[in-house]
Amino acid sequence: MDQVVLRNVRKDFTTKLLGTVTAVENFNLNVAEGECFSFLGPSGCGKTTTLRMIAGFEDLSDGEIELCGKPVSIKAKNLYVPPEKRDLGMVFQAFAVWPHMNIFDNVAFPLNVRKVPRAEMKERVEKALKHCSLDGMEKEYPGNLSGGQQQRIALARAIVTNPKVMLLDEPLSNLDPKLRESMRFEIKKLQKEFGFTIIFVTHDQSEAMAISERMLVMDMGRQVQIGTPTELYNKPNSRFVHKFLGQSTFTNCVIENGKAYAKGNLQQLLPVDPPKGCDHEMILATRPNQIDINKESGYESVVENRIFLTDYTEYQVKVGDTLVQVQTPHRVEFSVGEKCFLRFPNAMWYPMEDEAAEAERNRRQLV
Amino acid sequence: MSQYTRKGVNKDMAALDGKHFGLDKVLTIICFVILFIIVFVPVAMIFYVTFISDGKLDTHLFTEVIADKGNIGAMWNTIKVALGATLIGTVMGVFFAWLVGRSDIPTKGFMKVMFDIPYMFPPFFGAMAWDLMLNRRSGYINKWIVATFGIKRSPLNINSVWGIIFVECCYYFPFVYKQVVNAFERMDPTLEESARIAGASQGYVIRKITLPLVKPAISAGALLILTSSLAHFGVPGMLGFSAKIYTLPTKIYQLFYRTTGSFEGIREGSALSILLILVVVAALILQKYLLRAGSYDIIKGKATRPMLIKLRGAKVPLLILAYIILFIIVVMPLAMIILVGFLKAYGLPITLANMTLDNYKQVLFNNTMVADSIKNSIFLSISAGIICMFLGVMVAYVIVKVKPKGAIVLELLSLLPYAIPGIVMAIGVILTWSGRFKVNLYNTIWIILVAYLARYLSFSMKSASASLQQVHPSLEEAARSCGASHFGSLKDITIPLIKPAMVAGFFLIFLPAMRELTTSVLLYGPNSRTLGVAIFSLRNDGYITTASALAAIAILLIVILNSIVNAILKDRKKG
Amino acid sequence: MAGVRFENITCRYGNHVVLKNFSLEVKESEIMGIVGPSGCGKTTLMRALCGFMKPETGNIYLDNRLVYSASKRVNIAPELRGIGVVFQDYAVWPHLSVWDNVCYPLKRHKVPKAEMEKRAAHALEQVHMTGYEKHLPSQLSGGQQQRVAIARALVSSDELIVLDEPITNLDAKLREEMLAEIQRIQKDIGTTIIYITHDQAAALRLCDNIAVMAPDGHICQIGVDEDIIRRPADRFVFTFVGVSNFIPVICRSGKVFTENGEYPVDTALSDMQEGGRYDLGVRPMDIVFDEKSELKVTIKSVTFLGDQYDYFVDFNGQELRIECNALDALSHRVYEEGEKIGVKFLNVRYYPREEGTAS
Repeated sequence: MDQVVLRNVRKDFTTKLLGTVTAVENFNLNVAEGECFSFLGPSGCGKTTTLRMIAGFEDLSDGEIELCGKPVSIKAKNLYVPPEKRDLGMVFQAFAVWPHMNIFDNVAFPLNVRKVPRAEMKERVEKALKHCSLDGMEKEYPGNLSGGQQQRIALARAIVTNPKVMLLDEPLSNLDPKLRESMRFEIKKLQKEFGFTIIFVTHDQSEAMAISERMLVMDMGRQVQIGTPTELYNKPNSRFVHKFLGQSTFTNCVIENGKAYAKGNLQQLLPVDPPKGCDHEMILATRPNQIDINKESGYESVVENRIFLTDYTEYQVKVGDTLVQVQTPHRVEFSVGEKCFLRFPNAMWYPMEDEAAEAERNRRQLV
Repeated sequence: MSQYTRKGVNKDMAALDGKHFGLDKVLTIICFVILFIIVFVPVAMIFYVTFISDGKLDTHLFTEVIADKGNIGAMWNTIKVALGATLIGTVMGVFFAWLVGRSDIPTKGFMKVMFDIPYMFPPFFGAMAWDLMLNRRSGYINKWIVATFGIKRSPLNINSVWGIIFVECCYYFPFVYKQVVNAFERMDPTLEESARIAGASQGYVIRKITLPLVKPAISAGALLILTSSLAHFGVPGMLGFSAKIYTLPTKIYQLFYRTTGSFEGIREGSALSILLILVVVAALILQKYLLRAGSYDIIKGKATRPMLIKLRGAKVPLLILAYIILFIIVVMPLAMIILVGFLKAYGLPITLANMTLDNYKQVLFNNTMVADSIKNSIFLSISAGIICMFLGVMVAYVIVKVKPKGAIVLELLSLLPYAIPGIVMAIGVILTWSGRFKVNLYNTIWIILVAYLARYLSFSMKSASASLQQVHPSLEEAARSCGASHFGSLKDITIPLIKPAMVAGFFLIFLPAMRELTTSVLLYGPNSRTLGVAIFSLRNDGYITTASALAAIAILLIVILNSIVNAILKDRKKG
Repeated sequence: MAGVRFENITCRYGNHVVLKNFSLEVKESEIMGIVGPSGCGKTTLMRALCGFMKPETGNIYLDNRLVYSASKRVNIAPELRGIGVVFQDYAVWPHLSVWDNVCYPLKRHKVPKAEMEKRAAHALEQVHMTGYEKHLPSQLSGGQQQRVAIARALVSSDELIVLDEPITNLDAKLREEMLAEIQRIQKDIGTTIIYITHDQAAALRLCDNIAVMAPDGHICQIGVDEDIIRRPADRFVFTFVGVSNFIPVICRSGKVFTENGEYPVDTALSDMQEGGRYDLGVRPMDIVFDEKSELKVTIKSVTFLGDQYDYFVDFNGQELRIECNALDALSHRVYEEGEKIGVKFLNVRYYPREEGTAS
């Protein structure tokens, strides 16, 4: 059964500075029970607004939302269930643990509100704390604790009521990189244990790819692509998704008679076929680690620059006017100025991007 | 600009020039000398005079003063008034802060402006106005009550402890309001949202999360009221004398004048001052303790608009209530003072027929005492503002950047006047500057200036040091690596960066000094009355309409000056 | 263009000795990276060089000019040393426009107006900030402020520029761009650059030579990028420049075994003692799946990160991390949780056993 359903949801904001901006439009989504689903996008893309509409902190301008089969917001019928009645768990970026309560009281708060009997409450709080490796710290106050510990309190507080749906609003962004990675595992472990559905909002692509079964890339209030991390990474449906999901190089190309040439070098044919019936000018998108650099065959060029890093060697190679990044294991060795050949096994083609979209994206960051 | 200091870093800046007697050393010595003379000596003199007589320790006078029944009564009155004002002022402050900061009540902008008004005017103006309205026998409102209800005596009487509490409340509640509204507006909204998600209703969240979280702000504001009220002279001075209700500051004043400034009177006043200092210090210790117990960070996270609580049905009644209160505490006293200023004689009904412009004419053109007092006040506040501005920057620079041995002493000395009530500082200044050390400034305007410097230096020092702490050492270092000398980096980088704080520091002194009464009321001489003193003595001498007219002019002056200040400060922010 | 020489520098704050008898030479026109964990004294070194603090002992030479000497009591004031500095927090003066910020050093050095304008404009052009002359720093992004700071350093010295953690506050993409820009500028004018950072990846991208400092302030290794990565001088350098796995091993009859493993991991090196206990260090990238290998690991978790797969595996009761390039992963399949597969260890290194730290 689908736990979270959004149908034709729209949200408009009106600000003095920018007039009315549609923050989210025509948003449709079904998230299945026990799924971990991520909203990914740059700031201002509408992902947090959508999450806040699911939580009940924002009204809808249009559409409807269902949680666990029950409608919670239907604009047409003016139905609105307040956040406290939606039975959700939620964790925020800034932790939002209450500094005036000790850890036990923080975690017990949702049970207190629900008037759970004392003995049962104690048992459930202790279980939640144990799952978040906070046992034995019941009496401590959050002010003295590290960011990681505070976020664990927030997690314990969210799971103590056994919610069916857990909303996570950039929960790892305030933590340092090492901790971020280990918290990722902890969240997955808790999900296995308690079986809740996760909606995870983030702007960090590697985090989204690592944690989610399916994800959605958003841009300017619109859904751009939904799919598994591998689908999105390997078959991005637009230049935006390609760029957002990892390192990429975009080479400007010219297409003549169904053959592709890099702009700036119309002598040498590119070893990739352009899509049929495409524009005269196209963009070839490549990922640095998905280029085959070799000494035998492919697009011939020379190594312009070589950077030796811990995990790989990075080469910069001119393809027409564009400096293409290539990353290979250390065992593939070229020196600067050496002749090399490139093949592009996983390259993607996109039409030229128009300037207007970029301008609109910048405007939205101000909202 | 981040704000962290690296140990041992700033000391180097001075030592880098390789000179033994650099710029920083000179500044340090000057600061020590100045603070010693203008702050330490007067305070020390109070203790010296009280406890040392004929070169020997003598606690006789002090124990006698403490045991005196009248003094004990004054002490209890002081505490009663302070506690009452604190309690009621805090409730009012929190209520309005919640209304403005967290509810969807309309006309918030206008209300915010209204709350600034009690901030601008000295409480003794309010005391004067309320005395005109609620004096038991002659107050206009009381007369109306007696006439309307046909009772013999009105139940309202402003010349009482409750009257004093009421007037102080009206002027002190913004202390709490400002602190709390700030906390409300900057509070991380997810703290409340996570409680909603946890299943708590709106009302439950307010009780269990919102109010506990702003508790530190509430207690900070409340203790500010408490300490201000303890040291306050104006309101009990205006309302208490006629009913023989004394507080410690008014008692000191009365002692001083009963003995017409004789040394014995001053000694007794000193002893009483020590009692007052003790009470204030106790309150300050309480403040430190309470503030430490509950200070936590509630303003992290990304800035999202806080969720405003919909008042729904309560909106209109609350709006009406808020405006009634604002009308009573802001509009009525101001209107009263201005109207009485137009009356031919105090006591006449307020009708157009009884109005005249004579009082204003007299005050503005025919009364040299009044004209002098305006001139004196402007001179005093401008010179105190400018001197303090530079001294404050110097002291702050030495404390924050040079960090010499004994910086803590310097800091304590500059902050000491916070704990010393104005009237006490006046006594100390008299003891120091009336010939004892070969300098006699008594009865001149200079003694008031010296007292203002002692009282207000801490204002500009604090403002400058907060700003200097924001100037990261690397900004100065960058200048030096670009080829600037130590002095050059100060001139080109540091000073321009803290200029806004210096300007703000000037106005922090200029505005209160304009309306100052507490200190100058003990220090003025025949030719050195200040604006506050002129109004106070006119009224005490029975020239009520003239006093009102002068007060009305003072109000106008303060409003104009305030608008100029706001315009300047706003401009600075934009630039 | 100036070289720098530190001789026997000792610095302390209170009782805490930060640098002890530190010596280092930076050659003319090179980009020298000084990397080390925070608190190792690299910023102190920069402050001593610029004249913001006085070392207790030692000499500092700038291009054979003695600028500091404790014994000879020489201490040239910072403004006379002629070093351009880019501070960690940029230290762009907030009250001055971009133009005034960049002109300040030239004004201080009394450069004639016409020349000043030419040089400032050129510096702004070099950092791609032309057109922003009238902006105040508060109107600029972090990356733009950064570039203003670099432009200011460029005009204040064409001999030596010190950059102290200048790009840690930028996001990954901008960081790469800035490094490329610094490199380009250095190639154009040949200034000596000292680049101080805790981010080894940035230093590897930018620098000709890298000095790795240990937490106690001594230099572990000076060398070019390949030296540091392929031939780390000691265990600290190895762990500092990347993610590492350590496996406790024993040397038995000329072979290297894990504590409880039955198959040898490697043949012993000539200088290893029979029966000696060592830690085997290996990078996650250098553990490769090989179905034929006798050394088996059990997959505990696998994470797809786009450009690579991250595996956490169990190897004889010890958790190891394996990173698998996405392109390589395409050539074989992606393994799943619970599978048992053979692995090979490449480019292993042995260090004397350190109890408690092996993991």
